[in-house]
Amino acid sequence: MPKVMVVTSGKGGVGKTTSTASLGAALAQSGQSVVLVDFDVGLRNLDLVMGAERRVVFDLVNVVQGDAKLPQALIRDKRIDTLTLLPASQTRDKDALTEEGVKNVIEELKEKFDWIICDSPAGIEKGAQLAMRFADMAVIVTNPEVSSVRDSDRIIGMLDSKTLRAENGDTFEKHLLLTRYNAARAARGEMMNVQDVLEILAIPLLGIVPESNDVLTASNVGCPVTLNTPDSMAAKAYSDAARRLRGEKLEIVEPMERKGFMSRLFGRKAATA
Amino acid sequence: MASASTALPQLRVRGRNFMALILVPEAPVSAWLSALDAQMERAAGYFAQKPVVVNFSALADDATDPTALLYALDMRGLAIISVEGLDRSRLSGTRFETLPDLRQKADNEEPLGRELALPEEVPRAEPVPAVTSLLIDRPVRSGQSIIFEHGDVTILGALSSGAEVIAGGSVHVYGPLRGRVIAGVKSGAKARIFCRKLGAELAAIDGVYSTADDWNKTYDNCAVQIWLSGGALKISALG
Repeated sequence: MPKVMVVTSGKGGVGKTTSTASLGAALAQSGQSVVLVDFDVGLRNLDLVMGAERRVVFDLVNVVQGDAKLPQALIRDKRIDTLTLLPASQTRDKDALTEEGVKNVIEELKEKFDWIICDSPAGIEKGAQLAMRFADMAVIVTNPEVSSVRDSDRIIGMLDSKTLRAENGDTFEKHLLLTRYNAARAARGEMMNVQDVLEILAIPLLGIVPESNDVLTASNVGCPVTLNTPDSMAAKAYSDAARRLRGEKLEIVEPMERKGFMSRLFGRKAATA
Repeated sequence: MASASTALPQLRVRGRNFMALILVPEAPVSAWLSALDAQMERAAGYFAQKPVVVNFSALADDATDPTALLYALDMRGLAIISVEGLDRSRLSGTRFETLPDLRQKADNEEPLGRELALPEEVPRAEPVPAVTSLLIDRPVRSGQSIIFEHGDVTILGALSSGAEVIAGGSVHVYGPLRGRVIAGVKSGAKARIFCRKLGAELAAIDGVYSTADDWNKTYDNCAVQIWLSGGALKISALG
């Protein structure tokens, strides 16, 4: 049963595209066939983060408008052969997408792949709404900052009302991926801690990705962090998150500063769905 | 000479029975008039558009001027169509003299007719309120707006920052209250806001609003109620 998953956040710059690439690569590394669909028409980045920018010939808009066949636009990753990219157009804007066209593309992708991961643009307008429209589940990427948390809250509200599944009264799985988490700053109270974020958003936690140079480097060299530095904390966090997406029950370990014995004794409290 | 062509049209006459109210004034007349006024107050529509016959048989020995009494009834808007139970000559020279004599028998002095029960109050059609409260059993997310003008709103989950609820009556929030609450749109000043954990951005009751800046910080994250008193919002801890 193929899964359509949207990676979204409302706010820009929190790590949607990086997380799409890393989760997609991690799923593909575990043997699943995965396609990453860039919905950020006009501001595409996923091709860069995946290191495929020199191989784009046709894109999502071409397929939606019927100018190209879907297989012509799909770019297979050179490192993992179960990972595929459907890039966005850089020269068009979001109005080039239609609901009917997106639906047809997703239906066609469902026949070929186990996972269809939609990289949503920032914002709450047409592009973001089309990216979530046909999804079965969502990963909400959030930084531990008040602005990001509030925007995520807004997006969760939209996922619960604007998606096809929600309109049909079906359940819609939502997972929180906390990124750019800086344990030292959280410990000093300079940024929100995990509990604060979970209390406000009230959805299950998928993983905590620490703020890390490994992630920045990976994006800049065009290789998902799970491939580039598989032993890093961030890669581990994404790999574990991907395993949880597949249904594994793994304990979530909060990244910690070196602290005293007592604070290490008490990990985080279990998240409540 | 006189031809058929100039014959007058044939006259058609129909007969119909009416229900008339027979009023029997009693002495003392001033008290009886007060009782009538009270009855007309309680059931305003009862005498409207109904023909009235005034029967003076109970006042046979009273010195009251029947003309004055008839004018008093006329002033109250009663449609007097006949008078009985008195010597008609006492009405001579007034407009009541020419009222038709509706007595069934010439010597009929006692009021005839069935005694009627007077209505206490005309039942007023109360509109049945359809729904008077709204229950929201999921979190209200940022950007969402719950508008319910017909009564109270109860929210089981959180009301997030950037979300708002607008209620005709009171608002109850069992999760953390972090958004905007506008209560009393219909019920006015008696509406209240209740929450388990105060962190609201704005609260308003009956158009009087205040923002989080205005509140004493000791109430942050506490269970409180907010109400309107003397034109200002008051907060107090619950429980």
